[in-house]
Order: sequence, then structure tokens, then C-alpha cells
Amino acid sequence: MSKQRETELYRPGETLAVKVWRGNANGGGFHAYTVPSQESQTVLDVVTWIQQNAEPTLTYRFACRVGMCGSCAMMVNGEPRWTCRTHVKKVIGDKPLEIAPLRNLPVIKDLAADMAEFFDKWTAARGQFQPSQSRDDAMAAISPDEPRRAAANAAIECINCAVCYAACDTVAANPGYLGPAALNRAWTLQSDVRDDAFAERLDAVSAGGGCFNCHSHQSCMTYCPNELNPTASIAGLKRLSAFSYLTGGKSR
Amino acid sequence: MIGLRLYLAQRISALVMAPLVIGHIAVMIYAVQNGLSAVEILSRTQGSLWWGGFYGLFVAAVAVHAAIGVRAIIYETFGTHVRWLDPLTWTIGLGLFLLGGRAVAAVVL
Ligand code: SF4
Ligand code: SF4
Ligand code: FES
Repeated sequence: MSKQRETELYRPGETLAVKVWRGNANGGGFHAYTVPSQESQTVLDVVTWIQQNAEPTLTYRFACRVGMCGSCAMMVNGEPRWTCRTHVKKVIGDKPLEIAPLRNLPVIKDLAADMAEFFDKWTAARGQFQPSQSRDDAMAAISPDEPRRAAANAAIECINCAVCYAACDTVAANPGYLGPAALNRAWTLQSDVRDDAFAERLDAVSAGGGCFNCHSHQSCMTYCPNELNPTASIAGLKRLSAFSYLTGGKSR
Repeated sequence: MIGLRLYLAQRISALVMAPLVIGHIAVMIYAVQNGLSAVEILSRTQGSLWWGGFYGLFVAAVAVHAAIGVRAIIYETFGTHVRWLDPLTWTIGLGLFLLGGRAVAAVVL
């Protein structure tokens, strides 16, 4: 949206037309609200205003309000976003601002999606760090320039917000698919020299629901609020798995 | 649901197909430009091990490549139960191989 149009539509001091999805696993629909418009207002501010002033039973999730915790993601005008860092003036259009629970996940109530399957898939992708040494061993010395460390660094700032998971059409069409976040996490661990579950994790990410289901269409990367590139991480996993298979499991 | 082996089979069949597609297009342009009749084409292909091998390999690669691609499309479009995916993939692959093989046989034998 052009700057001029943005200011035309966004008028602090006036009001904002908002539609919020309310309901539960059995269904629901959009309810309309009028919210006072303020300077530097985020989508999370809008939801909070509604809950505090108009709809005390409105359910939603947030914690840090500064883009650290990853708990506030919702669909805003049909696109997944971290609502605490999404300014209303960036997403406002001609129609009422539409806020709904995250796509690709079951809803618990109103704007709170059920994250269980999202995190179960992290476990399925072996997203846990497996230490190769004990506390009695010396600290591993890893240079930041080491190529595998650099690969891990590029992917490690994930806040588990599930924005990418909601953006991925393959997740929508293929319920068994582990999804961008879990695979991105697995990639950071495959790039971690201290980790001791390389082979098991490679099996986990190359199985039926794993990295080979990704169609590389990059919605995850487009929407990731931390500007990570899960598509590249998944391509890395494809490469690792394929070479390891072709070379008899020795590639690392 | 695509695992490691299906992925590799699809990539390797794509590698095999790439030069064959170019060769096929070149042959088509040559045949059309020179106005070759069916009889003239058949006189070149019949009994030719080279053309039999060229198009035989092409058909095999297509059967593998397309069966895996269509498997993913069917699964993601219709949510077909995972149990049916392997039989479905084999049926599509063998079906394509038989259809293509028949066409190759028709021009080579
Ligand atoms: S690139 Fe892969 S993980 Fe990312 S949105 Fe596309 S299919 Fe999903
Ligand atoms: S990869 Fe990005 S979008 Fe996905 S969960 Fe992590 S921070 Fe969120
Ligand atoms: S509330 Fe923590 S990331 Fe938005």
C-alpha cells in the first residue's frame, strides 16, 4: 500500500471497524466491533481493547508484546502475522480489519488456536538437542565462522510463533507434513557439532511426512516475522538426507 | 507423502528425462520441417535399437516421474488415505509404462 493511501485510511483519533472471529471447535463466525483508533496501534492493541472494553469473554493469547515469545500470532485480513508487532496502519484496508485464529491449526476458542500438533511435530522432527558430552567435559569451542555454525545461526532465531505453519499450503493439504518450523529447527540441530542425534534426526526428517514433501513455494519465508528462511533450511535437509543415503550414511 | 526413495526416484528420472525431452523436440522439429511421411518415419524407426532404446528409456523415466508427481497431487487434493498411495503410484506408473511401451513398440517393431 502506498504511503499516501496508508495515511488516508488510518485516522488516529477516529474509530476503526474491526471483525473478530468468535467461536470454538464446533464453529463460529465474525463479530463486528468499533475500536478507537490510536497512533502506533498494533493489532494486538485492538484485540486487547475489545477484550477490556467490549467483550470480556474474548479469548486470545499473548505474553511479551515485543516479538519475543511467539504466542500472539493470528490471521489478520487473511494473512498470518505476529499481532504485537503488526501496526494497524500497515494492514488496514478499505474493509473492516479482520482478525481470526491461526490457519492450519484447530481452534480452542475465539483467537486461541490449539498448538499441540504444531509442537508434536517439533518432537517428531527430533527438535530436541541431544548432548554429545556431559557437564564434566570441557566446553566445546566453536568458531562463529565455522560453516556449520553459520548455517545454524542463519536459522536459529525462531520464536515458535507458527506463522510459517499457518502460511504453508502444503501443511493445509498434507496433514502429515511436519511443516516449516519443525524442519527449520531440525536443520539448526543438524548443523550443531555438539549434537549427538544426527542420524536419528535425519531418519525422522526424511520419513513419509518429512522434508521431501516441501514444494519450496516459500510462503513460510515470506511470512516469517523474524525473516528466517525455512525453505532454505528444508532444502539443506533434503541435500543432507539424499547425500547421506547415496553415500551409505556417511555424509555429515 | 513423499519419503527419501520416492524423492530420489523422481529427481533421477528428471535428470534422465531432461536430455531426452530436448532430443525428442529436436526430432519433432526435424520430422516436421522435412515433411517426413509416416512411412518415412517408420522406415527409420522400425527395427532400430537406437530409437527403441531412446524412447523406451523416455517412457520408463516418464512413468516413474509422473507416477510420483501425480501421487502427491492426488494425496494433497483428495486427502486419499496413506494406505492407498503406494498401490495408486504403482498403478499409475505401470499404466503409463504400458501405454508408452505400446507406442514405442508400434514404431520400433
Ligand atoms: S517452502 Fe515448503 S515449508 Fe515453506 S511454505 Fe512452501 S511447502 Fe511450506
Ligand atoms: S520460522 Fe519464523 S514464522 Fe516459523 S515459527 Fe519460527 S519465527 Fe515463526
Ligand atoms: S506477544 Fe510475544 S511475540 Fe507477540
